Amino acid sequence: MGKLSRFIFTSLVLFILWLFLTSTFRSQEVLIGLIFSLVIALFTYNSFTEKGLRNLSPRKVFCAFLYLPYFFWQMIKANFDVAYRVLHPKMPIRPGIVHVKTKMKTDLGKLVVANSITLTPGTLTLDVIDDNMLIHWINVKTDDVEKASEEIPGVFEKCLKEFLE
Amino acid sequence: MSWIIAIAIIVLGVVLTLIRAMLGPTAADRMVAVDSMTTITTALLVLLALYFKRYIYLDIALVYAVLAFVATLAVARYMEGGL
Amino acid sequence: MLTAIGWFLIYFGAFFLFLGALGIMRFPDVYNRLQAGTKCTTLGALSTSIGVGFLHPAWLPKTFIIALFILLTNPISSHALGRASYRSGVKLWEKSVVDKCKEFKECVEEENE
Repeated sequence: MGKLSRFIFTSLVLFILWLFLTSTFRSQEVLIGLIFSLVIALFTYNSFTEKGLRNLSPRKVFCAFLYLPYFFWQMIKANFDVAYRVLHPKMPIRPGIVHVKTKMKTDLGKLVVANSITLTPGTLTLDVIDDNMLIHWINVKTDDVEKASEEIPGVFEKCLKEFLE
Repeated sequence: MSWIIAIAIIVLGVVLTLIRAMLGPTAADRMVAVDSMTTITTALLVLLALYFKRYIYLDIALVYAVLAFVATLAVARYMEGGL
Repeated sequence: MLTAIGWFLIYFGAFFLFLGALGIMRFPDVYNRLQAGTKCTTLGALSTSIGVGFLHPAWLPKTFIIALFILLTNPISSHALGRASYRSGVKLWEKSVVDKCKEFKECVEEENE
């Protein structure tokens, strides 16, 4: 991917972060922020992004907006699940470590899937080795690789495959 | 008056994690407790900024969150034997 | 209206922060504690900081940055802790059902050293 596109994407992200941090539109602040985001982007664009401006294509942004509400809903469900298990006097847990296979190819895809798994009901990513994920499950329903892969990352991957790959 | 109830609930949470950090049988238990305690403390610092009505206190919460993240990663690397 | 939403979010977050701490106190082993700790404290801190932003709309951008930062970094630190504790040889709870991690030599290799 073109170096210019990656550089522009990095400085854009840094500049938006600066605007949020200072939360003002005074001309001096905006100017300083612009200069610094350009300078920092010059040094870091190589490790910051791989795809550059292609991350902002309309289809990807649309898919991300579809994914976020679903993710937050899962997160709230996860919290009520933990609340039930904590407050129940007998603690209904059946913990175990299961092994699932992920279909994501890129590093960013694996990162987002692993983080989403951590924040959703009852599961926690322990380790990622190539395309194998080791997941601690608080209420194990199956220890078969295929079935567990359907159960845990399957739903997320359908959403994420669109906008990350 | 309503702020004191919220702050009291959160401080109770900090005390619980602190007890676990003192009891914890292994080093990993202690580190898990400390990691959760830092996140809870970040929320507490944001609430204190609201109580004292100082915008600048939010910066402290942000820096505290960053440093706690780095500290947790460093200790995890150390436990793994990679440091 | 904004004030009501803000206070609701703050109490929601405070309740879940407390539940996370209680989970850390009650659960039997490291991995279960990590589950309770990560999920509850992430949502709690997120909701508390956004709630403070609703009470003071001028502060909303900065509290939003704090919430975003917590949302991005908390799963990573819990993942690092869980992996480190497995590799340093912390045992699972005795009533655990299954442990597939033994099949991978990357996981157990460092345990034997």
